Amino acid sequence: MVAKDPLVKGGVGQATAHDSAALHVNGRALYTDDLPEPRGLLHGAFGVSTEAHAKVTAISFERVRAFPGVVDVITADDIHGHNNYGAVADDDPVFANERVEFIGHPMFLVVADSVDAARRAALLADVDYELLEPILDPETALERRSFVVPSQTLKCGDSESAIAAAPHTLSGTLDLGGQDQFYLEGQIAMAIPTEGGDFRIQCSTQHPGEIQHVVAKVLGLTQKDVVVECRRMGGAFGGKESQPALIAAAAAVAANKLGRAVKLRLDRDSDMVSTGKRHDFFTRYHVGFDDDGRILGVEFEYASRCGMSADLSGAINDRAMFHTDNAYFLPNATIHSHRCKTNTVSNTAFRGFGGPQGMFAIEYVMDEIAGALGEDPLTIRQRNYYGTDTRNVTPYGQTVEDNVIGPLTDTLIDSSDYHARRREIRDWNLDSRILKRGIALTPVKFGISFTATHLNQAGALLHVYTDGTVHLNHGGTEMGQGLFTKVAQVVAETLQINIDTIKITASDTSKVPNASATAASSGSDLNGMAAQAAALTIRDRLSRFAAEYFEANASDVVFANNTITVGDHTLSFAELVKLAYLARVSLSTTGFYKTPKISYDKKALKGRPFYYYAYGAAVSEVIVDTLTGEHRVTRVDILHDCGRSLNPAIDMGQIEGGFIQGVGWLTTEQLWWDPRGALRTHAPATYKIPACSDVPTDFRVNIMQSQENREETIHRSKAVGEPPLMLGISVFHAIKDAVNQACDGKQPRLDAPATPEAVLTAIKQGRQR
Amino acid sequence: MADAIRFLLDGEIISIRDVDPTRTVLQWLREDRLRTGTKEGCAEGDCGACMVVVADVADDGESLRYQAINSCIQFLSALDGKELITVESLSPAGGRLHPVQQAMVVHHGSQCGFCTPGFVMTLFAAYRSKPPLDRPATNDALAGNLCRCTGYRPIADAAEAMYTLGKDASGDERLTAAHGAMSETAIAEERRIIETLKSLQREDTLTIANAGREIHLPTTPEQLAATLAAHPDATMVAGGTDVGLWVTKQFRDMDQLIYMGGVKALQDITVLDDAIRIGAGVTFTEAMPTLVEHFPALEPLLRRFASPPVRNAATVGGNVANGSPIGDSMPAFIALNARVTLTSANGSRELPLESLYIDYMVNAIEPGEFVASIVIPKLNPNQTLAAYKLSKRFDQDISAVCAVFVATVDEGHCVSLRTGFGGMAAIPARAMQCEAAMTDVVLNEATVQTAMSALDQDFTPMTDMRASDSYRREAARNLLYRFFLALTEPEIDTEVYDYGR
Repeated sequence: MVAKDPLVKGGVGQATAHDSAALHVNGRALYTDDLPEPRGLLHGAFGVSTEAHAKVTAISFERVRAFPGVVDVITADDIHGHNNYGAVADDDPVFANERVEFIGHPMFLVVADSVDAARRAALLADVDYELLEPILDPETALERRSFVVPSQTLKCGDSESAIAAAPHTLSGTLDLGGQDQFYLEGQIAMAIPTEGGDFRIQCSTQHPGEIQHVVAKVLGLTQKDVVVECRRMGGAFGGKESQPALIAAAAAVAANKLGRAVKLRLDRDSDMVSTGKRHDFFTRYHVGFDDDGRILGVEFEYASRCGMSADLSGAINDRAMFHTDNAYFLPNATIHSHRCKTNTVSNTAFRGFGGPQGMFAIEYVMDEIAGALGEDPLTIRQRNYYGTDTRNVTPYGQTVEDNVIGPLTDTLIDSSDYHARRREIRDWNLDSRILKRGIALTPVKFGISFTATHLNQAGALLHVYTDGTVHLNHGGTEMGQGLFTKVAQVVAETLQINIDTIKITASDTSKVPNASATAASSGSDLNGMAAQAAALTIRDRLSRFAAEYFEANASDVVFANNTITVGDHTLSFAELVKLAYLARVSLSTTGFYKTPKISYDKKALKGRPFYYYAYGAAVSEVIVDTLTGEHRVTRVDILHDCGRSLNPAIDMGQIEGGFIQGVGWLTTEQLWWDPRGALRTHAPATYKIPACSDVPTDFRVNIMQSQENREETIHRSKAVGEPPLMLGISVFHAIKDAVNQACDGKQPRLDAPATPEAVLTAIKQGRQR
Repeated sequence: MADAIRFLLDGEIISIRDVDPTRTVLQWLREDRLRTGTKEGCAEGDCGACMVVVADVADDGESLRYQAINSCIQFLSALDGKELITVESLSPAGGRLHPVQQAMVVHHGSQCGFCTPGFVMTLFAAYRSKPPLDRPATNDALAGNLCRCTGYRPIADAAEAMYTLGKDASGDERLTAAHGAMSETAIAEERRIIETLKSLQREDTLTIANAGREIHLPTTPEQLAATLAAHPDATMVAGGTDVGLWVTKQFRDMDQLIYMGGVKALQDITVLDDAIRIGAGVTFTEAMPTLVEHFPALEPLLRRFASPPVRNAATVGGNVANGSPIGDSMPAFIALNARVTLTSANGSRELPLESLYIDYMVNAIEPGEFVASIVIPKLNPNQTLAAYKLSKRFDQDISAVCAVFVATVDEGHCVSLRTGFGGMAAIPARAMQCEAAMTDVVLNEATVQTAMSALDQDFTPMTDMRASDSYRREAARNLLYRFFLALTEPEIDTEVYDYGR
């Protein structure tokens, strides 16, 4: 039993600082490239394809090998196991041979005694290509039926008849750009041969287990022969879910061949050219609605750029389909999803995992309906919101049981003074010849759980030492999101010990096996529960022991603020642990958790893929220059639902950071390929993520108060990793509002990202109508 | 005679003789000194993860100047005679954190932590050398640091709080003291550092040679001219903010380099009766106050010129000599009718800046010549200057279009217009037909429309990752219109830049 007061230091609900904050700020937090280097370490660099689609007819490494410092060149011929790192399908060779499928496709690895030598030499291979015709965009791929996995259709009701019978219809197309994760720490892995042909891999990865499996498969080993460790990543955002397997596998093949440790760290340009990003989407929509703007039937056709292989594109596009409803009831809907194969880098996970693209589509349609009816888009959005008792079933058949978007929106409308500001903006615009302001409120409803049900499981490992300190390990990884801190808070709370007596340790496949990727916002939900289970096991053992020792009932043993009380006896946690040890009580245990209630039919695309939903909404205000298309965000109000927050400071960081990342996706971050299919925005000089001044000074972010998760999640909290990204959609719609007003209320098409050029193009088009 | 690059690091004089002249400060820190707190994020000076602070003796000779620079693109020679301060210098392992570091912890300014040492160093430079900044100034100070996790708000909060924290910091007192709050101990320590740095100054040319590659570090224009005469094909390195990328990004082999940063005589700004003369070695940070004083309209352009750490290193002469078609200083200098002085062992010559540029990255600088200074005529009272920059992101981005206009206007009559454009052609250039259309005309809607059409004839811009040719054309025309409104109806607000900051 646990007494609530006084609080244990670093318990649940406290705004505890990130566990590594002090190490971050003094430069002593170790990332993979900072670890002490093993004796004889060599460095790798990929040699990559310079053609988008070609057969390799001949390749000579003569000049590569002659470069000073080069030790060897590693190719597909050096792979004794399976030349594939694909997360799902068998279509991602570690080293492409015979056929290359995008510019930047790794073909070989140069290994040298310095990073610089490896990178310089990697440019010196002489390759003869027989050129094949590339497909460079999803629209063309759709025309030619070029797909990485089969198309899917999610259907509810009869959209065709509903649209045919609707009093109003609209249709159109949208272009929505992709996004580079731009984690500050690039992809990196270090493969260290240990004895007997085994390997230890240090890798910046969200999924150490996947690295273990892939390295074993590529080297022809079994899983027991490979250990993978990751203390922290310098950012990941989904980009280190499946992609690091390529890096680790390539380093391991080289290390295996040479019998020496090999480190492979991609420089920024290689990272951006050769690893996957968020999918860009080409979308067609057709919607029918009533006089009030309620959707009667809607059809979407998505064509996403998956790149040259399947990777995680199936699940990502599924999630795009599942989030096409966002917070809206769609009584009749048909959503076609084409997973287009293009000769560009294979796209992958990125915060939201397809959800943002689906949400973007329906939000765009909401604006179009409002424009057609001459109404405030917010009114149309609210009219289409899911109900609580009726109008509450999603197109995939899950009943929305925890809907809070209505009251959440009402609170935000009030606190942001939305209606008065909207009126004031319209008046202001009448008098402003060049600059136009806009405002928009957009909601977020995001489904929490891996859609692949079996991934929703987690394990933890807990040791208690005789001085009362604790070693905590679990299957989650730390990428900056504060997972390690939150899980430690859960353990501190459960055992009622200060958080600084808990050692948070690196993710390690030899401690917790078969862990899922830290992804789908599930980190604290899954690992927090697993760690709590382990801590409860320890607490129960200690309670039983204390009861026996002090001749009391186990229920009379109270854990509170580092102290255990049993009747008249009071002792510290360390003292109790010491006694338990002497009495031969096991002080080590594991914990396990699997998410309840979820089940989902992959074929029918129906069921309950999500345990619950996270909600939020944002009001953004912008100002647009109609001469240049430049724009600024001037004020943002956010209200977000974290359930009962495990750590409000960390959650606030996720909300603000996610929002700004979403704004970057839809405004400044543009991926641009040249006509040959080469990505030309492959470094921060050309790819522009938000900078400090892009954040409005008037930035009012609040966590929805006293709103506990109605499901039994860890301390009734809600996942917060991905959902806030989609709050950034409000900025796009505020820009669209300003553009519409610059065009006398006409609704020109605005493509995303809304760069100055996209905005000026829209204004020009709107004014020509 | 000095035979080594010498600099201070944590009180120790580091002497480096045998080093690749293109080895970067970051490589040296991480690989040779195992100081891994400083990170590589992009190796092109655009993300700030590699930020370090370099201190040198200020112009008054009595204080230290602390500046944040990108260690990933600076060669070791840039440290010669200076003090290098890294994130590890600020607080001892296991000791109490520096006030800047404490503020970052208290305000939850780190998430993944990878950009954090860079932010700490940028904030440290501000903390040490400036009074507390307001939010817009903080935004400007942090424009060279990217964070992908936090959304920046907590870091901006830390910037505000850092001056009030850390009374219990256990690091070097000189470094933990805020601007204007130096203890006796700290002052004494700073004096000691100044004396040490002065003792590291050289008078003759230093040459560092390694594996057939040489870098020469002259200290006078004469030595520079002589060195260049001996090595006419040598690559000139000034701020290194472009040359650094030739190494880290393009893997170019440069066997002869000349580092101009030690040539003090090229680092003067002289205000003449009718012009400003800026030595080629003056950095943009140093040039900004004088330029803004005399040409206030250049302020936003200069603030958006790269980022503070790049401006701390990049020189006016370097930007002009490099002559990139998308550099931001040349359009301004060309519109202002600036002249450039080229010097060699045989003497000096002067030419209008616009005639320095011949074709894409081809200029009129002869072998053996270097850019010595730029002379910018002051404006007459009837002249109006405007400078506009268009880019996807406001801060630290390269221009899609940079347009600078100088109009001579006499009571609603446009006597003449001079222009300078970047991003519109293979070189920074004037729009001659546009200028002609605005010569001796009444300023009205019809004449500006004619000039906008003429401007369309001046350039054939390209489509690339920054913008399409059609956007560049239309935006350039509209920027002329923006300028027209500024001249005729200045009460109309036409720029969004300052909103929301």
